[in-house]
Amino acid sequence: MEKMRIAVHKFTSCDGCQLAFLNAGEDLLTLSELVDIQHFAEAGKINLEEKVDIAFVEGSVSTPEEIERIKRIRNNSRFIITIGACATAGGIQALRNFAQYPDWLAAIYATPQTIQSLNTSTAISHHVKVDWELWGCPVNTKQVLDAIRSLLFHATPRIKNDSVCLECKRKNNVCVLVAKKQPCMGPVTQTGCGALCPTLNRACYACYGPQENTNTTSLGNWFEYLGFNKEKIAQQFLHINNQAPAFKNAGQYFKGIKIVNQ
Amino acid sequence: MTDKINKELFLPYTHLQQLIELLKQDGFNCVGPQVRDGAIVYDTLNHADQLPWGIRDHQLPGEYSLESIPDHKAFAFANGPQAIKPLLFKTREPMWKVVRNDQGKLEFIPYQAKEKPIAIFGARSCDLVAMAIQDKVFIADKNPDPRYHERREKLFIIAVNCSYSSENCFCVSAGTGPQVRNPFDILLTEINNGFVIKAGSENGNKIIIQLNLNDVTPPQQNEAQQNVENAANMQTKRIPLNNTSQLRDLLFNNLEHPRWQEVADRCLSCGNCTSVCPTCFCHSEINHPSIDGSNSEHISEWDSCFTAGHSYISGKIIRDDTRKRYRQWLTHKVGSWFDQFDSSGCVGCGRCITWCPVGIDITEELAAISGESNIISAKNNK
Repeated sequence: MEKMRIAVHKFTSCDGCQLAFLNAGEDLLTLSELVDIQHFAEAGKINLEEKVDIAFVEGSVSTPEEIERIKRIRNNSRFIITIGACATAGGIQALRNFAQYPDWLAAIYATPQTIQSLNTSTAISHHVKVDWELWGCPVNTKQVLDAIRSLLFHATPRIKNDSVCLECKRKNNVCVLVAKKQPCMGPVTQTGCGALCPTLNRACYACYGPQENTNTTSLGNWFEYLGFNKEKIAQQFLHINNQAPAFKNAGQYFKGIKIVNQ
Repeated sequence: MTDKINKELFLPYTHLQQLIELLKQDGFNCVGPQVRDGAIVYDTLNHADQLPWGIRDHQLPGEYSLESIPDHKAFAFANGPQAIKPLLFKTREPMWKVVRNDQGKLEFIPYQAKEKPIAIFGARSCDLVAMAIQDKVFIADKNPDPRYHERREKLFIIAVNCSYSSENCFCVSAGTGPQVRNPFDILLTEINNGFVIKAGSENGNKIIIQLNLNDVTPPQQNEAQQNVENAANMQTKRIPLNNTSQLRDLLFNNLEHPRWQEVADRCLSCGNCTSVCPTCFCHSEINHPSIDGSNSEHISEWDSCFTAGHSYISGKIIRDDTRKRYRQWLTHKVGSWFDQFDSSGCVGCGRCITWCPVGIDITEELAAISGESNIISAKNNK
């Protein structure tokens, strides 16, 4: 039987999500026997235009070239799976979507006219159909391997989007929000990280994106009750996943910006 | 020997370590309360000085804090984020593994943990009532859980009568405390410089006899009784309709009450209440296949009725919004629980109130729907 062909593509990103593959250790060796890796620049294999079964896409679309490239990848791929906050929600660099981007360019670069970039940074799903999304900043090895294993079994990848809290409690952690009054984003954030930050006694900063059924207003109101000001609360939401609709709206709400057409 | 069962003796603080040592000698892993990360949690207890001496908790809806008090007492606190539940019903545990053998056939291997039996120090009345409910789920059920069953059978219980209630405790109205009434091996009531101790089982008696203790004096007996009464009297919260099946009738006749939407506007649907509840038993089963597909572990992990997966049935999520999920939780907890287990599922520990990240109070929600107050006024609180 022919092996499943996969590609790992990079768009506007820090390259960190691709490490989910490279840090897989022994499993990476097993994986390389189970599938044909056609394109994976960070691992040294370049074969950009090859047809594949699964294209993993890291990074957001932030240049005119990327708009064209993602369309070609879509045409060449049976499934597209985005990996990480950039590919899934536009990433931290999408903070420019809230600003006047040409002004930023002019303020920073001597010859802004030589830079070919878009005014916005957007998720892959804004441009092409995406089959599955793996959230996280960065995603971890378990997430990507679970998705591949499911597809090797001809099963739909099972991606949990419950709150971080459930995982945090499974680890027997003491809640940092209740016991330390830290502005923890766990209750509105989806699981997948293994409650990494609260396990280290630090508030969750929502890098896995909104959980399935968010109530951002209620959590933000509670932060206000705990003494955080509205600007700080807006920043909690407008962070790594600032373009995820639930967080974007919450950020605007606590900034005091009226939202119509919702 | 048995004549000393139920006889009350005095255990000075200086003998507490000996009690721990005797249990360790008998092969137990002693687990007891201690301070960690700003809360009182259960963890391995090797030395009596690990106990939270002179530490008291304060609990409000969505808030938990500790303070040092002048009283050098080991059990001056009410409770921490978890009861006995995680010790017996593991948050995540393999149930079985399936492997493809040399003949290409699938072989199923059940998982049974090899663990030291646990001796738990400081089990409270509400937590023991909750454990008895979980026993119905995991042992008395027609499909018992062999892992839970083994841990539970070997559990050695050193119960403690409460001498303090937090602001969120309401066991008196729930009918579950503060005086321990469920089975125990050893029962302690803290008094000046030690404990009134008594055995509740032959195993407990065997341990106590080795401690060579004196009888309690009548003043010590009075002090112990007074301390438990104080814990009861300091409660300011109550569950409406006294936790009876009238709650079931109330809730199922008010399924469209506007309060369900009001609480849904505040509820985060995060599942913290169900995780800290000592009676909530929902779990899901997931498979962890190895990357090469040659074997797979079948794992049970804590789940919650606040997730979409909980009501996902053949392509549809039945409870698709928070209003339906909160209503499901409460109508089960203090409603259909009566039909299922012949009691309420609420034991009055107050954990769901304290550990709710936005401070939703189960007694307040029931007060809103029943019209009966959840506050014990100072006048009635004699």
